[in-house]
Order: sequence, then structure tokens, then C-alpha cells
Amino acid sequence: MSTQAQLDSLPSSAERQPGLVAVAMSGGVDSSTVAALLLQHGRPVVGLTMQLWNQRRLPELQGDGPAQHRCCSLDDVYDAKRVAQHLSFPHYVVNFEEQFEQRVVRPFVEQYLAGRTPIACTNCNTEVKFEPLLRMARQIGAERLATGHYARIRKDEHNGRCQLLRARDDSKDQSYFLWGLTQEQLSRSEFPLGELTKEEVRNLARRVNLPVADKPESMELCFVPNGNYVQFIREYVKETGKLLEDSEGDIVTEDGAVVGHHTGVHNYTIGQRKGLGFTTGKPIYVLTIDPAKNRIVVGEDDALRTTTLEIENVNWISIEEPTAPVRAQAKIRHKHEAAAAVVEALPGSRARISFDAPQRAITPGQGAVIYDGDIVLAGGWIK
Amino acid sequence: MQRIYLDHNATTPVEPAVLEAMLPYFSGDFGNASSIHTFGQRARAAVETARDQVAALLNARPQEIIFTSGGTESDNHAIFGVVYPLVSWPSKPSPNPLDDLDKRINIAHLMHVVTTAIEHEAVLNTCQALEKRGVAVTYLPVSREGLIDLEDLRKAIRPETVLVTVMHANNELGTVQPLAEIGRIAAEHDIYLHTDAVQSVGKIPVDVKACQIDLLSLSGHKLYAPKGIGAIYIKSGTRLHQLVYGGHHQRGFRPGTENVAGIVGLGKAAELAGISLAEDSARISALRDKLEEGLLARVPDSRPNAAGAARTPNTANITFPGIEGEALIIALDLRGLACSTGAACSSGAVEPSHVLTAIGLSAAEARASIRFSLGRHTTSAEIDAALEIVPAAVAQLRQLSPGYKREFSAHR
Repeated sequence: MSTQAQLDSLPSSAERQPGLVAVAMSGGVDSSTVAALLLQHGRPVVGLTMQLWNQRRLPELQGDGPAQHRCCSLDDVYDAKRVAQHLSFPHYVVNFEEQFEQRVVRPFVEQYLAGRTPIACTNCNTEVKFEPLLRMARQIGAERLATGHYARIRKDEHNGRCQLLRARDDSKDQSYFLWGLTQEQLSRSEFPLGELTKEEVRNLARRVNLPVADKPESMELCFVPNGNYVQFIREYVKETGKLLEDSEGDIVTEDGAVVGHHTGVHNYTIGQRKGLGFTTGKPIYVLTIDPAKNRIVVGEDDALRTTTLEIENVNWISIEEPTAPVRAQAKIRHKHEAAAAVVEALPGSRARISFDAPQRAITPGQGAVIYDGDIVLAGGWIK
Repeated sequence: MQRIYLDHNATTPVEPAVLEAMLPYFSGDFGNASSIHTFGQRARAAVETARDQVAALLNARPQEIIFTSGGTESDNHAIFGVVYPLVSWPSKPSPNPLDDLDKRINIAHLMHVVTTAIEHEAVLNTCQALEKRGVAVTYLPVSREGLIDLEDLRKAIRPETVLVTVMHANNELGTVQPLAEIGRIAAEHDIYLHTDAVQSVGKIPVDVKACQIDLLSLSGHKLYAPKGIGAIYIKSGTRLHQLVYGGHHQRGFRPGTENVAGIVGLGKAAELAGISLAEDSARISALRDKLEEGLLARVPDSRPNAAGAARTPNTANITFPGIEGEALIIALDLRGLACSTGAACSSGAVEPSHVLTAIGLSAAEARASIRFSLGRHTTSAEIDAALEIVPAAVAQLRQLSPGYKREFSAHR
């Protein structure tokens, strides 16, 4: 498809919606292109850039490198402003630092300290982007919020439910991070990039001469720009006046034999092989993290593989909570390929996922997302 | 969309007559005011005329006016200029640097400055910088109406107090401190008095002699001159340390080639303010009162802040419980009305306004407060429009504000 044809045909689901639409703008190419696409379709747009994290905090993490790729850096804010100026639509910076810390950063650190491996992006979507930001969008007169997520929303004409679907471009799909959205949130959201590939998005951005068309992508968690979670957690906890130095403990085998020492449970993830501080004849992996006993349990690859898991805080999206087990596919981490499973809803917003074949390194704190093909049925946190 | 500007405490448009006065000094009369030749002499004449004009507005003498880049520089100059020499290294360094350090710290600890809790950041952060160097600073509290208590000031003064710095009019509330009384107290104790008059000069009469002021900061862009030009009044005989070193411009005290066009603009603006101040004041305060009363009548649960105090004629600050000021500012801007949550420099800040919390507002109330600041060209029709736009926007925000109904509608 030519870029002109793309401009004319997209976004399919959104083009008939009237009224002001707010675009959550990070200053990157994706969300900037969303604004351009909506304008091409004659939609009145207001850009909102969230200030989420003060990079001057925890200066130990700054390093000497340039300030690019940092979340909420002034550069990103200015990039968003430049795009808004280039395309002539109103743009504002809105401050959600407090909500971000309370609902994303602090739980992220607490989860790590509890021996789990959290994903901050899911919380950020559910608790910040599609909660206070969406509310602010509505308060300023925009009924809908568009973001640069690669995912799709489809209205089920039979029952009126909003369905969440994978992006057309599977390599960019971000539906895994969006399972927490409610029907209300989905009904007010638009993902205009869901039908596009990253290359198509860049081409569109270049076509309308967006100043960020060739801006590199940031891959790291936004508030830990150097990717060093361990250091981040240490500095964050230090700021609260605590020290993590005293949390060392034993690394044991499944039958309890001490084989090494760990430097604090938050420094390990399930399935980790490197950095355990000792070697044996065979490859050894972290099997479980036990903060109660302050132990890391290790074993061989076979022991990492399990068939069933339970998830909590389950959100059924595209269908109502089923009364009988359903055949589906489940994804247990962002880069995991959804595997065939039977899913059974349990009381108390829980569910049990039974895979056809054992899956490697099922990790508490990660999200498990249940698909039926492209459709996201539900998601929940792995217990 | 027709846009209405009610944020004159953030900045004002350059008055057409001011712009006209400035224009010759960009290209035609472009000379360096320090040059000997005719080009330079023409620029010098313009600068000195401007100095006369600014001095006249303050009841000062021309030689007591030094041009600066604006209010922030003037504030820094006044405060550091008084205190810094007293906390600097001894003139003859001792062989052991640690001895010097001890002496310096000891000297610094003997210094004391009195200011208020509601100063602009240009003063507050300068005082905090002094504190880091060991100087003691007292931040006087203010009443619900935003005024300091003169008894508090008397009690705060110590033998080692070297400077009292109290803003004249507050940028967020418009409240005007009793400068004449403050000047009397400072004079009685033989302490230098500095006032940040950025928000008052051009809006209300300022008389440095009557108020016994030693140092005063003002900024051009708050009185219809351009940004980037300001002045400091330094009473003759005030011993003020030099902060910037360079050539002999402005008698070497504040070197740097004069911003001739900016200075001319500031002078012209000062002249215009002197002519129209009384008339402007009456008209603008009537419009401000109409806006304030109208909003209080039309927006349920709204409350004025510091409305009972002496205020600059153009400022109103109103709390609209149940809203986030940040969201309201955006909603209003999208409807063509520009106003502010407080100081423009702190927009986007997480912390609630230190001024509003100082007058006793909770963090939530401070975040729900909006400043409207009118100007010389604000019209009655614009106020009428604002009286339609604001209540509608507040109502829309409150509908989507989870806290509002619970807190307020229940007991109405």
C-alpha cells in the first residue's frame, strides 16, 4: 500500500468519531504519527505529554551519557512540542509524577523486594495513561484518548463489548501490556497504529516531515533508562532511608543443600543462569525466589518447566467471564510466544491456565495474557 | 478563535508607543552608549533619558538606577550584593586554607537575613543559597490575607541582621505589604531594606523615599516594556558588592554593553505608567471586581483568596474546590482564555504553590486555585466572556472529578 493510501484509509475504526481527541504524546515517532494521522482525517487534536518522573531524582543513576532515551527528559517534551508546532495543534505538558510514583514506581520496587519480577508498563497503562490522563483529557473537553500503542480495538456488534486485539504487525504488538483496560477505558481509547508496521509508521512520519521521524526507539523501562534495575532499586530504597546491603542469603538446591550465597532476592529473576556466583558441571538456573526464607532455589533446566499456573486480578476483556473452561493460547511474558492452553475462571477474580506443553520459567509478578487468535480474552498477574 | 489574555502578572504585551520608541535604537541609532563618537552619544542620551524616566516613576534620583536583565538579576544583585562581601574570604589569605574556611563560616554564621514565606523564587532561592553558605534566614509567615505581621518583623530582627527583603506586591495574590512601616522598622534598626517590586511598579504608586527603601527590583516586561530588561534602584550611599565584572558600563558596577533599545523601552514604559497609573488603576480594579464577584456568584463553592487585603488592582485569586488547576488552565486555554495557576515559572511543578499554602490553604485547595491578572487593555467585553467561559469549564471538570460531589454537593 502506498503511504498516501494509508493516510486515506486510516484509522479505520476512529475516523467517524466526532469531537476533540487527546493524543498521549511521548515525543517519540509513534505517538507523533498518531497525531498526524488523526489530523489527516480532519479530527481536532490536542496533544498531552505526561511528566512522570523527575530525572534529577536519584542522580547516581544519571551517568555521563547524553540525556536522550530518558523518560520525560526535556528533550522528549520539546520533541512533542515541536511536532505540535509543526502540525499546528494545541499541546500541553501535564504532571502526573505523584500518581506515577504511587501507582507504578513504588509497587514496582516493592514487587522486586518481594521476590517477584514486575512489569511497570502494564500498571502505567491501567493506572496512569488510561486513568488520570484519560480523565484529564475528558475534563479538558476531549471525549477520547489516542495513543501510539500497537494494538487494535474492535466493537463486538453482538454484545456491544469492546474487544482488544493484537496489532497487525506481530513484531510490534503491545496488547500484552494492555490487558488491564476496562470496557469504559477501551470505549474511550483509540490505537490508530494497530493496523500499521513500524516501517509504515516511519514512512508516514517522514512524509509529513515530522521532526521526530528518525528518532531512535527507546527499549528500556522509562524510569530506569540505563536498564540497571538492581541499581535503581538500591538507590530508590536508599532515598527512603533504608539500606539493602543486609539482605544477603543462601542459594540452595531443591533438596535444601546450600550451594552459594545471593546478594539480595531482588537481584534475581526466575530462569536466570548467569551471575549466580558459582559453577557446576551442568547449567544451573534460578527456579524460585523465596523472600520469606530469604533463599534462592536453583536447579536444572527440566525443573524450570511447568504446565499450570494461577493468575490473579484477572480482567476479562473481549468476553464475559466464562463459566466453563475455554481453549485458548496464553502468553506469560512479553517475548513469549502464546502457547495452547485451557483456561478456567476461578472465584475471586482468579484463573487457572493449564498449558498443553510445559512452559519455561513461569515468573510470579509478570502478566499472563490469554488470547483467542488475535483477540485478547483476558489477562492477570501470575501468582 | 478570539483569545482573551488574563495573565498579565506573567508578562504584558509591549505597548505600541514603547515599541515605537525602541525601534530607532536597533538599526538607525545602533551605537554603543559607551562610545565617544556621535553614534555613541545618541545612544547614551537615550539611555540617560530612560534612567530619568525610571527614576521619576520611583521618586528616585537617576544615578540611583542601574539597568539589569530583569527582576531575577536585580533580586540576586540586591541580596548577594549586601550579604556576599560579609561571607566572602578574608582579604588576606592565611597560609592555611582551612583557617580561612573556619573564618568564613564563622563570619557567615553571624549574618542574618529576614524575608517572607511568600517571596518569588528569585528571592527565595537566593536566600536558600545564602543559607547553604551559613547565613541564617528568617522566613516571616503571612496571615490568611497574605500580609506579614509587623510585630513578627520586629521580633525577627537580631543584632546580626544585615538585610530585610520583603516583596511589595505578591505575584499570585496581588497582596501589597505595608512597605512604609517596614521601611520605618528597618531604618530604626539601621538595616538595609530590599523590596522585590516587580509586581507593583507600574500598577500602584511606589515611592522609594517615602518608604525608606534602600534597594528595589523591577522588571520591564511586567509594565509593558520588553522581556530581558529590568532595573535595580540602589539608594545613594548603599554599600553594595559588585557581582559581575567587566568594562566600565554603568560606572563599572554592572558592566556589559547596555541594552539600549530595551532600556529605552523600559524608560518609555515607566513614563507611560506614571501618566496613566491612577486612571488605569481605577478602571482595571473595577473590571477585576466585576470578574471576581461574577465568578464567586456563578461558580458554586468558589472562594476568593486574600480579597480582603490591599491588593494590586489587576489580580484576583480564586479557589474552585474539586478541580485540578492544571486541567482547568488547559480547558480554559482550549476555549481561548489564558490565565494561570500561579507563578508561570512553576507551572508543571508537583508542589502546590508555596504562597497559597503560606496563607493556610491545603495542598488540594492550592492546586484548585486560579489566578486571573488583568491588564491595561482588558475590556469589559472580555470580562463578560470570561464570566461565561470559566463557570462552564469548572462545571465540566467537576462532573469528572471523583472527589467533588462527595466533598461538597452532599452538604449543599
